Amino acid sequence: MDESQLRLDGNAAAGMLQEIFVQEMTAARGACASCGRVADMGAQHLYMYPHAPGAVLRCNGCECVLMVVVRDGGRRRFGMQGLTWLEMREPIQTG
Amino acid sequence: MRSVVLAVPEWPGHLAGQHVDVRLTAEDGYQAQRSYSIASPPDDKERLALTVERLDDGEVSPYLVDELRPGDQLEFRGPIGGYFVWDVAQRGPLFLIAGGSGICPLMAMIRHRAAVADAVPARLLYSSRSFADVIYREELDRLAAGGDGLEVVHTLTRAQPEGWNGHSRRIDAKMLEEVGWAPAERPLAFVCGPTPLVEAVARALVDLGHEAGRVKTERFGPTGG
Repeated sequence: MDESQLRLDGNAAAGMLQEIFVQEMTAARGACASCGRVADMGAQHLYMYPHAPGAVLRCNGCECVLMVVVRDGGRRRFGMQGLTWLEMREPIQTG
Repeated sequence: MRSVVLAVPEWPGHLAGQHVDVRLTAEDGYQAQRSYSIASPPDDKERLALTVERLDDGEVSPYLVDELRPGDQLEFRGPIGGYFVWDVAQRGPLFLIAGGSGICPLMAMIRHRAAVADAVPARLLYSSRSFADVIYREELDRLAAGGDGLEVVHTLTRAQPEGWNGHSRRIDAKMLEEVGWAPAERPLAFVCGPTPLVEAVARALVDLGHEAGRVKTERFGPTGG
């Protein structure tokens, strides 16, 4: 089995991203710093394995790393080295 | 395969296609968490249905399928996801393509469509190993027989019952072209199933001339459960 068969969509990271950003993030758009492609985060490629301490989100065009989340020892490190920008909806104001 | 129906007090409502993350905590504090698609439609506000496929080496699904009893409580968060979702306001036509248990989030869309009684044209192409493996078979037959614009086409890839005159191979470009809408009709496609199926179908749809932005995918990886 090659790695491409273990690939998931950014959808599967929805819960994890929501913990960090507080709002829904799979409908947010991001621009790949490597190839410039713009896509919804839910459509990017996710590599997240059971028991692994983190997840890697890669561009669905060029497979370059967009974001990395690692959790260990009660801390969470979040890197977004591969994104030029990330654009999300304004949170809906309530109350 | 088992349907788990949950009563969720103060459920905020969900969109068809969203999932929940179910978390189990062992006595020693070890936690395992997996995502399960919501199969019930947003219109059914009283109960939340998850369809869980039991994976022998899974950490969560054997518990949900074998051990969970009526009255048990479950820790989960959701609804989650805003990309692989469909609301009737998004219109169509809808082209839904499922492999195996990938039918679950698409079933929420089909049920939502039926519940709002809005005849958005929809076609489901559903790949299963055998006739017995077709999830929701009777409900799909019933909904398709309603004549409100839902068409259901099955393909059985490993074993076919005697007299089967449907498709009997993996989904390929030719089948997508035959069953699906012409690219000029700008269908909204949702593809869900095992990663190899999803990737092959998404690629074939784009090669056939469909807009990549209107082909949404949800891969169910081979690990997890």
